[in-house]
Amino acid sequence: MAKAVSPGVQALRKVVDDVYADARKAKAEGKLVGWSSSKFPCELAEAFDLNVMYPENQAAGIAANRDGEIMCQAAEDLGYDNDICGYARISLAYAAGKRASRKFDPETLEYIIDPKSGKPLKDADGKVVIDPETGKPKKDPKTMQPYTVLDDIYEIEALPETTEKERAYKNFRREAIKPYRQMRMPQPDFVLCCNNICNCMTKWYENIARMRNIPLIMIDIPYNNTVEVHDTNVAYVRAQFDAAIKQLEEITGKKFDEKKFEQACANANRTAQAWLRVCDYLQYKPAPYSGFDLFNHMADVVTARGKVAAAEAFELLEKDLAEQVKTGATTTPFPEQYRVMFEGIPCWPKLPNLFKPLKANGVNVTAVVYAPAFGFVYDDLDGMCRAYYKAPNSVCIEQGVDWREGICRANKVDGVLVHYNRSCKPWSGYMAEMQRRFTADLGVPCAGFDGDQADPRNFNEAQYETRVQGLVEAMEANKAAKEAAAK
Amino acid sequence: MSIYTLGIDIGSTASKCVMLKDGRDIVSKSLIAVGAGTSGPQRAIAQVLESAGMKREDMDYVLATGYGRNSLEGVADHQMSELSCHGKGAAFLFPEVHTVIDIGGQDVKVLQVENGVMTNFVMNDKCAAGTGRFLDVMARVLEVKVEDLGTLGAQSTKYVGISSTCTVFAESEVISQLAMDTDKRDIINGIHKSVASRVAGLAHRVGIRDQVVMTGGVAQNTGVVKALEEALGHTIHTSPLTQYNGALGAALFGYQRYLKEHQA
Repeated sequence: MAKAVSPGVQALRKVVDDVYADARKAKAEGKLVGWSSSKFPCELAEAFDLNVMYPENQAAGIAANRDGEIMCQAAEDLGYDNDICGYARISLAYAAGKRASRKFDPETLEYIIDPKSGKPLKDADGKVVIDPETGKPKKDPKTMQPYTVLDDIYEIEALPETTEKERAYKNFRREAIKPYRQMRMPQPDFVLCCNNICNCMTKWYENIARMRNIPLIMIDIPYNNTVEVHDTNVAYVRAQFDAAIKQLEEITGKKFDEKKFEQACANANRTAQAWLRVCDYLQYKPAPYSGFDLFNHMADVVTARGKVAAAEAFELLEKDLAEQVKTGATTTPFPEQYRVMFEGIPCWPKLPNLFKPLKANGVNVTAVVYAPAFGFVYDDLDGMCRAYYKAPNSVCIEQGVDWREGICRANKVDGVLVHYNRSCKPWSGYMAEMQRRFTADLGVPCAGFDGDQADPRNFNEAQYETRVQGLVEAMEANKAAKEAAAK
Repeated sequence: MSIYTLGIDIGSTASKCVMLKDGRDIVSKSLIAVGAGTSGPQRAIAQVLESAGMKREDMDYVLATGYGRNSLEGVADHQMSELSCHGKGAAFLFPEVHTVIDIGGQDVKVLQVENGVMTNFVMNDKCAAGTGRFLDVMARVLEVKVEDLGTLGAQSTKYVGISSTCTVFAESEVISQLAMDTDKRDIINGIHKSVASRVAGLAHRVGIRDQVVMTGGVAQNTGVVKALEEALGHTIHTSPLTQYNGALGAALFGYQRYLKEHQA
């Protein structure tokens, strides 16, 4: 039976579905569709009524659908090094036309099922059915999938369609591309890049622009060595906003609509405020939901923060949470024994493996840095420049530590689990020092593990489980010592 | 009546068992030089029981640890991470311990210990450099026994730098040194310093406080211990039971859990 989902969560899911559906519709109608980095000022694109898609969100979805590896490999075959961010590799492969597709027989046009795929078959009592011949669990045929192969949309489009057989083959090959929304995102007509979120982004978007021969709007945010965003920094960004508006006017052939821009800013502020309030619910003990849910809701903050629907959906979720707190209900499927901050992007292809030892040990994620990192509120255009100057990887270590320690204290964590993400060198690089400070300042143990946000080849389950178990044992010892000292 | 607990440490390269009486006296121990996924664990368990003249049923509590800890369903009463067990074992052997450096077959861990309990730790990333496996590879290239590395390295007269932190590249560096007729003893000394520098970097992340205790098979290599003492500027304590330390910690935790469960 499917898990019951609250109205707020349903609304949030619809917001993201609509972003993708609207972009597909716009593309079909011959309108311009853009790709944007997650922390590009979406307010500018909204002022031009542009349909914009988000490759980071797309790559996370592709990775969670277990197609990260085939897409990363496709990018490597195109010449991109496997040390480059997994999101970038997936996105570059996608921009080049590569797609994860279902294997089929070209003669019969039938899918070829992978016998290793599928979930175990369960009987009426929910028990796994064992095959008497093999002694192993039987597979549920409904959940079995065809083999995954790599395809190329440009190769498909170049196929001949003179005979009926050729047309049928071409159509089936189009159909065989995985049907989930992230694998069916329209190709871009322009790209919007703000490198505040990471530096790899600059070359990633330059490559897409060159590959597709489309305009690139770049907003450069240098790494800030101070907590304060100085007036000169603001002037530098403000000038780039002005240039971006001019470029967008040229691309769209429209004049910048100040009213629409103001409305988008108001929406973005309203979304950010609601997002922050939703994040604050993690302060409750036990928390009404898990930080892992927040990772899912991130899609809305990334893809739709300038839309009123996103603000409304977060406000609805806030109401759901207020009710949950009253009744003590939680979406966390186990009793909360320990509360941790999960630092970094999750390993999307290995989400169940990531969750398993946490669930087994009663560890709930009650803090993630995304709360302050995306909850930015501003009053005017200069304030907006300052807000976009602050992203997880563009702020100095003091600001980064302050953000994290603030939520760790407010959300009452017992420990910190750090993902040393092979895809994200800027984020992982300073984590060793941050870990040291968390233990010194907060008096909680920290454990780090190696992984990757999109490439499953960089994650080892056994190593991860040992580190989580070690963290749990250290948190247990820490709690016991604190309780003994209190007596 | 005495309480017997058995600690089983199934590592990546060896299986170790320690049987304790009343959480204090070591009754017997065993070590088989193959680890998780082999016959090692069963052989080590059979050996430790046989040398004590006892059976599994005579054990009041069995606690498994190490990389293969979850593979002992039906044998162990409980599993714990090797991190806590190494902290516990080291604190039993050296009550004043605050830092434990354990170099095993495929990982390196540095533990912070307070009042005999692990409170924080760091481990190596997914790289074999600085681990027991690194030394195995080097010994094979140099055509010496891994247990002789310490003695040979101590005879070094000249510094030879092994700069690479990658096992594969360090191996080719060693091969080029051999091709240049560099004395094996100097190369070995360079290898020890390379391991020490890698481990010291990790140790500094968790913080080093006396007493510093080194455990795991590599602690038997006096060359690595000396190089690490120089790199850290702290005296390092080792025990003849170094390889059994994880299993000892597991047996101690087993005793604690037995008492807790029976008091309750």
